[in-house]
Amino acid sequence: MITVQIEYFAILREQRGLKEETLVTGAATPDALYEELRAKHGFTLPGDRVRAAVSGRFVAGSVELRDGDRVVFIPPVAGG
Amino acid sequence: MFKISPTAIEPAVLHAALADGRAGACVTFEGWVRNRNEGQPVQSLEYEAYVPLAEAEGERILAEARDKFALVGCAAVHRVGHLQLGELAIWVGVTAEHRGAAFEACRYIIDEAKARLPIWKKEHYASGATAWINCATRGEHSQKVR
Repeated sequence: MITVQIEYFAILREQRGLKEETLVTGAATPDALYEELRAKHGFTLPGDRVRAAVSGRFVAGSVELRDGDRVVFIPPVAGG
Repeated sequence: MFKISPTAIEPAVLHAALADGRAGACVTFEGWVRNRNEGQPVQSLEYEAYVPLAEAEGERILAEARDKFALVGCAAVHRVGHLQLGELAIWVGVTAEHRGAAFEACRYIIDEAKARLPIWKKEHYASGATAWINCATRGEHSQKVR
């Protein structure tokens, strides 16, 4: 198990009801972590519409998560 | 220079900062909050950003523009917070010796910014309903993704 910090934005922040949390998880990758959170909190966005960032950088959803990582899930963007 | 701004964008200040004797062309783009989207009357917009990543990605987009086009300078600012109709959501400014590069680079920057920056937009409708744009799922409206 590892401990990660998760930060939520936009639709995910509203659906989670939190801006951030610390979580102990068995998820090995951002994709697995998102599925765990989606099952727990009923996020409406499927995993294939969400990107991941770890420690301030976009990453593939299949990278290995490490203890202490700061994870952000990026819903479909709509700037401009 | 790419910034996320929680306060009103000031085009005159940004424009003045681009002043350069080498530049023969300046193209600016302003994105405004408009009163309709896909047929629905819009009353206001909320923009939210993951600021550190949005600013880093914005700087990458500006660096790409400098690599691709013969520019003298470029800058962009994206607003966050609750915006009213007519307010400025994004400002992009580009200078170059000649207009061709300035027009093309300005278009490149705004297109990439819309596609890549971790920024989200929530529309508030006259009906009282709200929606996060591009985040609808089956059974909701606004399915279309731009």
